Amino acid sequence: MNAVEIKQLTKIYGSSYALRDFTLTIEAGRVYGLIGPNGAGKTTAMSILATLLAPDGGTAVVGGHDVIKEAAAVRRLIGYMPDFFGVYDGLKATEYLDFYAAAYRIPISKRPQLCQDLLELVNLSDKADSYVDLLSRGMKQRLAMARCLVHDPAVLILDEPASGLDPRARAEMKEVIRQLRRMNKTILISSHILPELAEMCDNIAILEQGRLVANGTVEEVTAARQGVRVLKVDVAEKLPELLEYVRHKTGVVNLDGDAGWARISFAGNKTEQGQLLREIMDQGFSVLEFAEVKGNLEDAFMAVTGEVEV
Amino acid sequence: MKELNPVLLKELRQRFRTYRSPLVVLLYLLVLGGFSLGYIYLRWRSAPAFFQPGSSKEIFTVLSMAQLGLLAFVVPGLTAGVISGERERQTLNVLLTTELTPLGIVVSKMISSCSFTALLLFATLPLYSLVFMFGGLAPLQILGVLGFFLVSMLLYAAIGVSCSTYFKRTGISTITSYGIVFFLVAGTAFLSGFIYTLYQQQAQSAMIKLQETPLIVQLLQDTNPVMVVLRILGENATFGPGREMWLPYWGTYTVTCVVISVVLILWSGWKLNPMNHNRKLFR
Repeated sequence: MNAVEIKQLTKIYGSSYALRDFTLTIEAGRVYGLIGPNGAGKTTAMSILATLLAPDGGTAVVGGHDVIKEAAAVRRLIGYMPDFFGVYDGLKATEYLDFYAAAYRIPISKRPQLCQDLLELVNLSDKADSYVDLLSRGMKQRLAMARCLVHDPAVLILDEPASGLDPRARAEMKEVIRQLRRMNKTILISSHILPELAEMCDNIAILEQGRLVANGTVEEVTAARQGVRVLKVDVAEKLPELLEYVRHKTGVVNLDGDAGWARISFAGNKTEQGQLLREIMDQGFSVLEFAEVKGNLEDAFMAVTGEVEV
Repeated sequence: MKELNPVLLKELRQRFRTYRSPLVVLLYLLVLGGFSLGYIYLRWRSAPAFFQPGSSKEIFTVLSMAQLGLLAFVVPGLTAGVISGERERQTLNVLLTTELTPLGIVVSKMISSCSFTALLLFATLPLYSLVFMFGGLAPLQILGVLGFFLVSMLLYAAIGVSCSTYFKRTGISTITSYGIVFFLVAGTAFLSGFIYTLYQQQAQSAMIKLQETPLIVQLLQDTNPVMVVLRILGENATFGPGREMWLPYWGTYTVTCVVISVVLILWSGWKLNPMNHNRKLFR
């Protein structure tokens, strides 16, 4: 059974497309990662699913309910955590959860135990009587996650839940998501921290300029680079010149660089790869290393997001 | 027993948990009490050695005018940030994904603000009793003034909430709310006087006498809070000889305030619904 069905979803801001014919189906109980550079349309897609934004075209259905025609039914089914959110001043953690539980019409008799269980789930039991505005950012994120769960939603929409967190807080957040996965929740999660998504997600969708450019399991997406190999080129000096030289070469679909090395997404066979190395050396660059790196999600992301034409 | 609306309960909890609310009540009473006692002192100085109980009506009028001024100042300030503040704190989106309806959120926010203003109003009752014990006013007039304040408070709160829903920034919302309330308090009286003077001059040049107040002037003065409260207190605060209307002046004022408030609240609920963001109300 499909938990989320998005068909040709389109959203236009002014003259630019935030989403263009975005189609995606998420099976119930799956953890789906949504990846894309800034402005790719991830937050727009999630806002539409969360009934916070009306699309300009296409349909989005959550749990069999249309997000526009049956917004109230969709809201009962989803737990939404935005990328940026605030908390109320002067409320304690339990009062904060109690407020949202009441907003979801959970009976008053069930709420104290529910709040206690949720705080335990996100490892905040010792902060039950702390004021939420005084909690650390990581704690607030976990509390927000608990807030998403007050009405036991079937689908969780988590927009960058680990953004801005330190490594420990990120690890704690990841653990919470793993627990939710074990609870058989359908989770749509966006993140810039790609290796983490690969660890947590069953499926990955890559968005670029509002379009879906890759979709499938993590293995499928990384394998679907279809002949695009990622080459790591270490040079002793003149990295900017190398990047400029390689940029317009045939077969180069994307590239970036860091101190002393370039990463080139190259669509070509081994012979063409050797030809590229020869041309680089002929230009006088001192190449210390020229090797194909093992494909991972980040490489796939870099490769596919370089292929979209404006 | 039915539970209070969660937004209302949260707002009340947040509002009365901090020291700010008692401080506002204290300041409100200090200003209004200082104003009344200052006025009594001035009256006593002009007629030394005794206080004339007969002047209590005058004091009551002054107190009511001060109360109206404070309401016009406090209510927009309390309500102009209720929705935009949620937006600025980035809590609004999450609230809108709950089972609470946008209209329910608007109404709860408004009741919360009004309940605090009502507390301010009722906290001033001892001040009124100070004046009332000297006599000079009918109990019905006092009830009328109290009703007038409640109806005015409803309108000012609805204006604040709708500005807060429409404008993204609390600053702009607050300034606009004050502007609209200022127009209602002072602008309608000025317009009423201005238009009446035009009519009068025209009548004089035609060598005729106005038999009744023009409709627009009558409507403006029946909806001007200053003129209405003065008339409740028995003052002759009108332009022209008067006019037969469908309702008495206080009825016109009450109906106008309630109808505008209800329309503004319904519109705010509509506007707050995220699914209406890219739909135009009129096209």
